[in-house]
Formats: sequence, C-alpha cells, structure tokens
Amino acid sequence: MRTKAAAYPYIAWGMLFIAIPLGLIIYFSFTDSAGALTFDNIIRVGKYSNVVVKSVWLSAVSTVICLALGYPIAYYMSRASAMTSRTLLLLIMLPMWMNFLLRTYGWMSILENSGLINQFFGLLGLGPFHLINTQGAVVLGMVYNYIPFMILPLHSVMLKIGNDVIEAAQDLGASPRHVLTDVVIPLSLPGIKTGVILVFVPSVSTFVISQMLGGGGNQLIGDIIELQFLGNAYNPNLGSAISFVLMLIVLLLMSVTGFIGDDLEENLI
Amino acid sequence: MNDIIISLQNISAEYDGEKVIDNLNLDIRDHEFVTFLGPSGCGKTTTLRIIGGFVEPVEGDVFFDGERINGLPPFKRNVNTVFQRYALFPHLDVYNNIAFGLKLTKVPEKQIAAKVGAMLKLVNLEGYESRNINQLSGGQQQRVAIARALINEPRVLLLDEPLGALDLKLRKEMQLELKRIQQTLGITFIYVTHDQEEALTMSDRVLVMRNGKIQQNGTPEDIYNEPINAFVADFIGESNIVHGVMLEDYLVEFAGVKFACEDKGFAHLEAVDVVIRPEDFKMVGAEEGMINGKVESITFKGVHFEIIMEGHGLRWMIHSTESREVGENIGLNLTPNDIHVMKKLEEGR
Ligand SMILES: Nc1ncnc2c1ncn2[C@@H]1O[C@H](COP(=O)(O)OP(=O)(O)O)[C@@H](O)[C@H]1O
Ligand SMILES: [Mg+2]
Repeated sequence: MRTKAAAYPYIAWGMLFIAIPLGLIIYFSFTDSAGALTFDNIIRVGKYSNVVVKSVWLSAVSTVICLALGYPIAYYMSRASAMTSRTLLLLIMLPMWMNFLLRTYGWMSILENSGLINQFFGLLGLGPFHLINTQGAVVLGMVYNYIPFMILPLHSVMLKIGNDVIEAAQDLGASPRHVLTDVVIPLSLPGIKTGVILVFVPSVSTFVISQMLGGGGNQLIGDIIELQFLGNAYNPNLGSAISFVLMLIVLLLMSVTGFIGDDLEENLI
Repeated sequence: MNDIIISLQNISAEYDGEKVIDNLNLDIRDHEFVTFLGPSGCGKTTTLRIIGGFVEPVEGDVFFDGERINGLPPFKRNVNTVFQRYALFPHLDVYNNIAFGLKLTKVPEKQIAAKVGAMLKLVNLEGYESRNINQLSGGQQQRVAIARALINEPRVLLLDEPLGALDLKLRKEMQLELKRIQQTLGITFIYVTHDQEEALTMSDRVLVMRNGKIQQNGTPEDIYNEPINAFVADFIGESNIVHGVMLEDYLVEFAGVKFACEDKGFAHLEAVDVVIRPEDFKMVGAEEGMINGKVESITFKGVHFEIIMEGHGLRWMIHSTESREVGENIGLNLTPNDIHVMKKLEEGR
C-alpha cells in the first residue's frame, strides 16, 4: 500500500479524533483510579448485563421500525418528481435542525397523562392512557430522532436504481411484488445496511431520550455510562469499561448479522 | 385477417399535454419483421412503449391477437423488450439475468438451466453464465439483453435501437445475427432505428415516421424506389429535392425547364417537390444536357464520386463512377422515371 503525502492530514485527523480517544477508553477500562492495571471494571460490567440486553433490544426494535417506515418513504421519494422529492427531503430533515432536547420535550408534553393525546381521548370519554415513561415511548423517541438517518442513505441508493431496470423486470413478467423483492430490495441492500448501522449504533448508546420519555424505570446503558462521568456515581474507569464492552458487542452483532463486512466502505459511500 | 398479431387503431399519446403520437393506425402480422424508422424524437420509442404497456394512449385501442389490451400492465403482456440501453440487472450475473423471466414462473430449475443454455447458444455467449454484467463489452451486454427478452418465448419482441451503441462493424454483424434469430424462432420483431440502411437491410416492412405520424408504410424496395414525399425521400438515402410546378399530367417544370415525368393526378399548376436520386443523373458534355452547369467540387466516396454541380441557380448532387474536373462545364440528362414528383409536405403536424 502506498501512502501519499496528501493523505497525511487525514491520518493526523484520524489519530487525533479516533485513535487517541479509543486508546484512552481502553486505558481507563483496564486501570483503577490510581492508574494500576485491573480487570475489576470489565468484570463489573457484567452487573449491567440486563440493561445492555434491554438497550440492544429497544434499539433493534427502533431500527426495524425505522426501516419499515423509512423504506416506503425513501422508495416513493426516489420515484417521485424532483419537486416532490425535494419537498419531502426538506420535511424529513427539518426536525433535525431543531434542538434535540426541544424535540424530545415536545414529545413529553404530547405523551403526558394530561398531554395532547390524552386530552383528545378525554374528549371522547376515554383514557387517560399511560403513555409516557414506557418502553414504547422510548422507542418512539428513538424512531423519531433517528429515522432521517435511515431514509437518507436509502434514498440516495434508490436514486441510482434506474427506471429502465424496473421496467425491464415488469417487461419480463414481474408483478409489483416481485419487482420489489427481486430487483428493488437487492439493489437497495447497501442503503439498508448503511441505514441500519446509522440508526442502530446511536440508538444503542442513547441516554437523554430514555431519561425523558422512559422515566426512571427504563434506564438504558447510555444512561449508566453518563452517570459514571457526570452523575453521582462518578467512576470514569467503569464508564470506559462499559463503553468498551458495548462497542465490542455492537461490532460483534453487526458482523454476525452481516451489516458490516468487506463491503462496508462501499455501502457508506 | 386473423394473422394480425398487433393492431394499433387511432392511437394518440401525449406527454404533459403535448401530442407525440397523432392518430396512428397500424397492423402488424405474425412472424413479420417490422421496423419503425424516423429521426430522433419522432415517437418511435413511445409507440413501442404503447405496445409494451408502459405508456397508456390518450386515445385509440391496442389489440393483441384480436384482444383489446389497453390498460393491461406490462407484466401481463406476451411481449418482451430489448431496451435502448439494455437495462440489465446489475446485481445478477449473466445466467440469472437471462433466467429472470423464467424464474418468475413455476418452471423447475433444471428446465430453466437447459433453457438458459439454449439461449446462450442462440446469442453465441456459451460459457459466460457466471460473468458479471459489468465485465461484459457493449456487444456482449446486448446479446444478454436479447437472450433475456427471448427466454419467455414472447409472441412479439420489441427492440428499441438495440444496436445504437455499437461500432459500425459490430453493428453489421449483429444485424445479420438478429435477422437469423428472428428467422430461426419465427417470432414477430418490431424494431426501432433511425438508421435507414439498417431498416432497409433487415426488415420485411418499414414504417417511416415523422412528428408522431406514419409517413409511409411499405417494403424496403417500395420505400426506397417510391418514396411518398420529400421527407421520406430525403430520409432514405441522399436526394436532390427541388421545388417544381406540375403543368399537366406527365409534365413538370423545375429549374426553369419542362420535363416529361410519370406522375399524374395533380392540380393544374400545383406546387410540388421533385426528388431526384444522385445516382440517376446521366452526365453529358457541356450544354448538351437538360440541366447544364459547372462542377463545383468532387469527393471520392469509395465506390463512386460525389460531384456537386452548380446550374440553373441550384446545386445538384451527382453520384457517378466517372470523375470530372473541378470547374469543368457539364450537362445532366434525366429520363422520365428518374423524376419523382411528390405532394408538398404540409408543415408541422
Ligand atoms: N418521459 C417523457 N416526458 C416528456 N416528453 C417525452 C418523454 N419521452 C419522450 N418525450 C417526447 O416525446 C417525443 C417522442 O419521443 P420518443 O418516442 O422517445 O422519440 P424517438 O424514440 O423516436 O426518438 C419527443 O419529442 C420527446 O421529447
Ligand atoms: Mg427512442
């Protein structure tokens, strides 16, 4: 492999923002507060295994929902006129430009026992339903926040699927269902993989959403990590260890399920 | 006439309110090789797409084997298409591209394999089964596209400028091969091209189109020898086209000279187009011809010389195996059957 001089800034950048932080996390994971080598932190992560499972489960559910909702939207956008497609793209990105906390507070006031939804049901003589502080609310928050990251890569991959290829399939006898399963889905697979990574990875370590919409009972692993750095439990070594283990779990899950492999680079472009 | 496989009746089609096919009528017989010929944008692709089911006509009826098929989606039509830019499936190899149509049916895998093998043989691509599409040359992709479209044994194959992207030599080879395939399988080919030579060499019947209308419908010989108007004459091979006036039956005046001709039935003093093929002029000595003038330029074209003569205020193109000198005065003679008198084209649509 040849390294060109032009690549040096990127190498420096990579060192500064990726390799060094990663090295620090690993260093903290295997040391105690005095700096001595220890495996205590890693062993203590085991205590949180049910929280890890819950985080992975809720993120997986959110990712599947993002895919199920985002796929038809992205497909529609890619086949629509340029005008329609641009308008939809803008609508999808618009919430991203709003402050994250504000968006989530918005959902709190909608889901509260005295919130918009329950007020509406109240008018019909129903409810109130318990919506806030549930796992469902956490999933909703994740889907709402991360679905653009599913739609955008899907959209860009689907734009590259020519109408002529779809017409060729129809011409050869493919019903709309077969056009989808035999042509559109296989050709949009790179976008699906990218979207899943872009939604699942931030979901699994999310923390504010679970606190605001999940209440105290739905702590996720991200919340536990946050507590180790900013909370009363202050213990950066344990926090680093949890982050490190979580990272390994995510990498393992992704490679076992085939979402990252040789074609990762290709998928992300 | 129950051997008519496709019939288009009073078909009109529009894009964004603009008419691109204008009251088109056409019958295509089973086993025929029919070609739509016309300049780019005249509506050839649109006509094919109407037959394939991708464009719905705003007016008129489409019949397949006597049955009206307006509104029937493409996947239910017994017609397959070779698309202008092949449109092969990039995620499938050669085998699976060709097998695509059969795999949608309940045909067992073994039979599919046999059929794909036969198709690969038909298009001379044996041994290419597991190649990727992007590893193939343009000509090979073209063959895959043809095999893919033929595997379902359609009654009619639609081909939209299938050889347009190939170089001249390959194009000639593929023309012969397509003709052979059509004769071997005995199915109807509806072919689109803007290349007049291709149309004339391959087809049983040629339909010359302009502005969404069929100008002339006939055998290649008819179209070449008896073009119906100046547009067809000009499009099919090179022609001299000059303004003329019909004095009476069998007598036309152009370039200030009266000529005997074989045409009749025009109004008295009707303005007409006169078409003369460059190879039909007979060169004679200076001032001995019906039209006389001076040689302006000579170009050697391989088999013949192309001589441009200026005379009677017009430029005349002559094709001859004899050469002349630039600046030489010559005369040109015509016999009545060299002169083709045609009704003036109504302009626009
Ligand atoms: N999808 C489309 N939208 C708008 N106009 C179109 C479309 N396709 C073709 N046209 C127009 O219709 C006319 C006929 O086009 P086409 O059938 O493709 O011609 P050809 O195949 O003979 O070149 C052209 O003027 C072209 O610009
Ligand atoms: Mg065309």
